[in-house]
Amino acid sequence: MANNETPFDPSLMDDEEPTRRDVILIAAGGFAAIGAAAALWPLLDQMNPDASALSLATTEVDISHVDAGQAITVMWRGKPIFIRHRTDTEIAKAKDTPLSDLPDQLARNANLPEDALADDANRAAKDREPWLVMIGICTHLGCIPKGQSVGDYKGEFGGWFCPCHGSQYDTAGRIRKGPAPQNLAIPPYAFASDTKIKIG
Amino acid sequence: MAHPSTYKPGSRFGAWLDVRLPVARLTHDQFLAYPTPRNLNYWWTFGGILTFMLGVQIATGIVLAMHYVPTAEGAFDSVEKIMRDVNWGWLLRYTHAVGASMFFLAVYIHTFRGLYYGSYKAPREVLWILGVLILLLMIATAFMGYSLVWGQMSFWAVTVITNLFSSLDMVIPGLGTTLVQWIWGGFSVGAPTLNRLYSLHYLLPFIIAGVVVLHIWALHIPGNNNPTGIEVKTARDVVPFHPYYTIKDGFALVVFVLLFALLVFYAPNLLGHPDNYIPANPLQTPPHIVPEWYFLPFYAILRAIPNKLLGVIALFSSIAILFFVPWLDSSKVRSTRYRPIYRWFFWAFVITCVALGYLGSQAPEGSYLVFGRICTFYYFAFFLIVMPVVGLIERPRALPGSITESVLGYDAEQPVGKVPPNPPARARAREKVL
Repeated sequence: MANNETPFDPSLMDDEEPTRRDVILIAAGGFAAIGAAAALWPLLDQMNPDASALSLATTEVDISHVDAGQAITVMWRGKPIFIRHRTDTEIAKAKDTPLSDLPDQLARNANLPEDALADDANRAAKDREPWLVMIGICTHLGCIPKGQSVGDYKGEFGGWFCPCHGSQYDTAGRIRKGPAPQNLAIPPYAFASDTKIKIG
Repeated sequence: MAHPSTYKPGSRFGAWLDVRLPVARLTHDQFLAYPTPRNLNYWWTFGGILTFMLGVQIATGIVLAMHYVPTAEGAFDSVEKIMRDVNWGWLLRYTHAVGASMFFLAVYIHTFRGLYYGSYKAPREVLWILGVLILLLMIATAFMGYSLVWGQMSFWAVTVITNLFSSLDMVIPGLGTTLVQWIWGGFSVGAPTLNRLYSLHYLLPFIIAGVVVLHIWALHIPGNNNPTGIEVKTARDVVPFHPYYTIKDGFALVVFVLLFALLVFYAPNLLGHPDNYIPANPLQTPPHIVPEWYFLPFYAILRAIPNKLLGVIALFSSIAILFFVPWLDSSKVRSTRYRPIYRWFFWAFVITCVALGYLGSQAPEGSYLVFGRICTFYYFAFFLIVMPVVGLIERPRALPGSITESVLGYDAEQPVGKVPPNPPARARAREKVL
């Protein structure tokens, strides 16, 4: 660091061995660096979801009015949740699809182990085959896929179609075509009764 | 800085101040007497235009901030209030919105000028890198500013762009989600997101201003490049910045502002999207999401790649690659004027960028997708193949002996034998003027 032109205490240059002063300098510098890093953390962590965002983490939904072939969209943690009451043909279509046809073979179901496979039973509600509960956000770049309303274009596989970049999902919400890497995510939920779902 | 100071204080106060805070000396040396190549063309006027545009954006932005409400409930309505109720609000907002477009128009011309004349080559690499950094900061600032309107396009642009980072889940599971939720301050784009984008949108222009100071500093050390790309050799090659380039820059600025005013007063929404006059709705994605025109080429590159992570990497690489241009170009000659082969590739690159802009505005399917991929390939090939290879195999045309010779056809004080016996009358007349 110091060269001959730098005005500098020459007595310090003579010592080849580290001195007590060197140790103090490194210790003080190191301590200051740790302190600065610790002070930085609150400045960064303040951006994470705050207590009020975390507290909105459960929602109850009444599904008594949703007939077969219909779907509703509810909000949970600021995200749309797709709840679809599937018809028998839709269920059959999803069941007949071999796993090898799926770009993403994992169930992506928060209620099952992470390595569960994406067969229809692992995607649909437990013991309630017609019901499909999913986070309605395309796994590509976060758009809301079309397919919840009766008149919507549902893509080649009869499930959902994302208008942003053309991802297509089947009747079990599994990605079949387009740039999205994963099946539509399934949130943690449970049936509180025959007509009530608790999400979160 | 790089040239000897010629400042002489004109008053006793000037002399007093000069030994305490030499601002007058700085201004004189760097902006009045600053020796500038005599042959700069109008493509060199965009630096001044860009400084002006930064000033316009900061001035209009500060006053808009006096009326804007940065909350999810209030944002959209406060923008409409600015348009209808605030005195001159329509003018201020349209100037700020169209100003962003004009700013990008100027910065793209400025960047292509640097590419064409080899202004990134030694000893101007740091100058170039600072310029790319300013471009990056501008992109971030413009994106955040657009989100503040909190219309449908704003909301979904934020959703799509912040979700780019979720692709990191494909590298380390969970990392992308954690990062995106940190950016959002929630589990989706919402009120906390808008608030922080506003805070940063106010901050970044001042960071840009700081980097602009460094950019100008890095310019004034080696001095300007020029259309010939050859270095200044004698005092005959330069003219003082004032009045020669203050007037030339000023004229170009007036022409530029004419176009600016034309858009503000006659077509303020020409470059915008009607969808952004619909309030943000987190439950409905507009059928066709497109960014503002100045991001379209990058958007086309993102969509040309069918894999999410690779698409995002390509998007960021398309800008990051500019940082390496000084070391990718192997040519010894700066100016494309004297590079007969490279010139064709350069103009093909310009056309490719425009084509990508068009393709970015179209749905990514069929032939649009095919062309999008071809153009994306050439975009990167230009930097990674053309720049290193053409410089090695090309035989450049003969360079003029000096800047003055390129202007006059001869250099006045060269040995007699080298001066053409009878220089063309027009050149002699020009020399008198200069």
